[in-house]
Amino acid sequence: MSEEIHKEPTSASAATVISAEGLTKRYGNTNAVDNISFEIRKGEVFGLLGPNGAGKTTTILMMLGLTEISSGRIQVLGYDPARQPLQVKRRVGYLPDSVGFYDQLSAVENLSYTAKLMGLSLKERRFRIEQALKRVRLDDVAHKRVATFSRGMRQRLGLAEIIVKKAEIAILDEPTSGLDPQATLEFLDLIRELKAEGITVLLSSHLLDQVQRICDRVALFQSGRIVLMGSVAELSVQVLGAGFVVEVEAEGSGIAQRLATIPGVSSVERLTEDRFRMTAERDVRPDAARAVVAVNGSLRRLSVDEPSLEAIYARYFQGKQAGDVRHAA
Amino acid sequence: MRREGSPFQGLGAVFAKELADNVSSVRMLVLEWLIVLTALAALYGAITNLRTTTAEDPFLLLRLFTLSSSPLPSFVAILGFLIPLMAIGLGFDSVNSEFNRRTLSRILAQPIYRDALLTGKFLAGLATLAVSLTALWLMVIGLGLIFLGVPPGTEEILRSLVFLVIAIFYAGVWLALAMLLSIVFRSPATAALVALGIWLFLTVLWPMLAPALAQIIAPPDPRYAALGLDTPDTGLWTQFLLRISPNDLFGEAMLAILSPTTRTLGAVFLDQLRGALMGAPLPLSESIMIAWPQTVGLIASTIVLFVAGYVVFQRQEVRA
Repeated sequence: MSEEIHKEPTSASAATVISAEGLTKRYGNTNAVDNISFEIRKGEVFGLLGPNGAGKTTTILMMLGLTEISSGRIQVLGYDPARQPLQVKRRVGYLPDSVGFYDQLSAVENLSYTAKLMGLSLKERRFRIEQALKRVRLDDVAHKRVATFSRGMRQRLGLAEIIVKKAEIAILDEPTSGLDPQATLEFLDLIRELKAEGITVLLSSHLLDQVQRICDRVALFQSGRIVLMGSVAELSVQVLGAGFVVEVEAEGSGIAQRLATIPGVSSVERLTEDRFRMTAERDVRPDAARAVVAVNGSLRRLSVDEPSLEAIYARYFQGKQAGDVRHAA
Repeated sequence: MRREGSPFQGLGAVFAKELADNVSSVRMLVLEWLIVLTALAALYGAITNLRTTTAEDPFLLLRLFTLSSSPLPSFVAILGFLIPLMAIGLGFDSVNSEFNRRTLSRILAQPIYRDALLTGKFLAGLATLAVSLTALWLMVIGLGLIFLGVPPGTEEILRSLVFLVIAIFYAGVWLALAMLLSIVFRSPATAALVALGIWLFLTVLWPMLAPALAQIIAPPDPRYAALGLDTPDTGLWTQFLLRISPNDLFGEAMLAILSPTTRTLGAVFLDQLRGALMGAPLPLSESIMIAWPQTVGLIASTIVLFVAGYVVFQRQEVRA
């Protein structure tokens, strides 16, 4: 695929492709999306994270002009999705949550229907569809009915549709949920390929480790609000307060109290009877080993974790109710 | 708030795809065979009847449509009953199946408005029905030629063409209703049941209920009853109520078009009979005048039902 040449956006700086300000969606009295603001830069992979029902899909639908905005403002590539939806939808590809196809039609027929809706000529359609199916490695089943496709294949077919469109922004809603590990890896590779081509990718997910693997920046949603936003490294400092999480597996009495006294340790969490998780501002493994030995405990395992999104997420969302468990001896 | 771009962008693509789906679906095949077989039976009855009884009739071909030989109803009556079934069969899952297959949000993420999707689906359904009805119409003409051996006159052909057009609009009413229900109800089964319920109510129950209701609204006058006559008020109310059903409108319009001697569809006024040659056929233009209000009624109901569906669809959330 060639480099995309696109029109200069009418407003907003060239580097920002999506900008939202005070975006709100109300259903009756509840706010599905509550006054959120964010900016997405060209060429980045941006992750929308959060539990189901946190407002991720609603935000996506507002970007595409598929649902009305209650208040606030959103611009996609300089266009207003509510008033210029065709302009937006011509440039943005969307892969919905558990995407569906017409089962009685083949992969090529499904794609050529949407390609017709995009307004492509017959010659262009044929060429782009063939290329796209090759890219997502579905060219050998191009003329098979979609009814026979696995979930992973359907997701890849959905991605092929975005490639056919030559979208500048790809919006993927829960693209890897329900895929087996192999299919997930393949799909993540395809997303990376899109990014390498300079396509901005916006994906929503609740599968954190996958998001961490490919996202440049993430926004954490909770009941309609963005509670955290930034790169994973930034967030870990912000939420965990430190970059190091050390796990100790050891047997013995009074280990937790002893570990907590190590300088630089901000908290100790007892995961099971003999497993402890410490959060520290430096690598405290040597001190931890000494501490266990000092109380005559038997040390079985000692490990240090890179800051993970999962830890950030867990700390942020479960921090409140887990507060009494932590620090417990 | 004005939106940019044409609402008809993508209409052609949706139309072509839906038409292909309709024509190739098994469901359509079954419905077509149902109609063709019952229509053939009705035609057979009419033809045998015509061969034995009618010696000279200026509108021999039209008799094929209207003549019934018991126990079978006439061809037109069968169509009045079965066209709704065909239209409901095409429309009851047109929108909600897109929801259930989860294709709707993917399609609407393409650069088209919802208008194109809905209009395309409706026009494709109407085109499918029009094609089937035209085929049926040709079959009747062909069988008439073969078995009666009398070439049809120009006016007969014209009248049967008007019949075809009105039948297509009649199908349009039911298609629009079925599509409205497919938008309102997320489950195709519910939409189908409600549509079939309305169909049975309007074609079977309503003709029985309307006279009863009319008698409640305008009780029969005992003085008329003593003379063995119907009370005019009750009669008018009965007709008014019956005309709520598209089935009745279709029947009345067919009567005016296919039976050229029909002078009026309601009460006969004295001035309508002045100078009339009883039993003489009316010219086609006059027959069309008589059937005009019914035809307009059918077209208007189609539009109203389609617009209702359109409004609901525009306001609907796309997420399943």
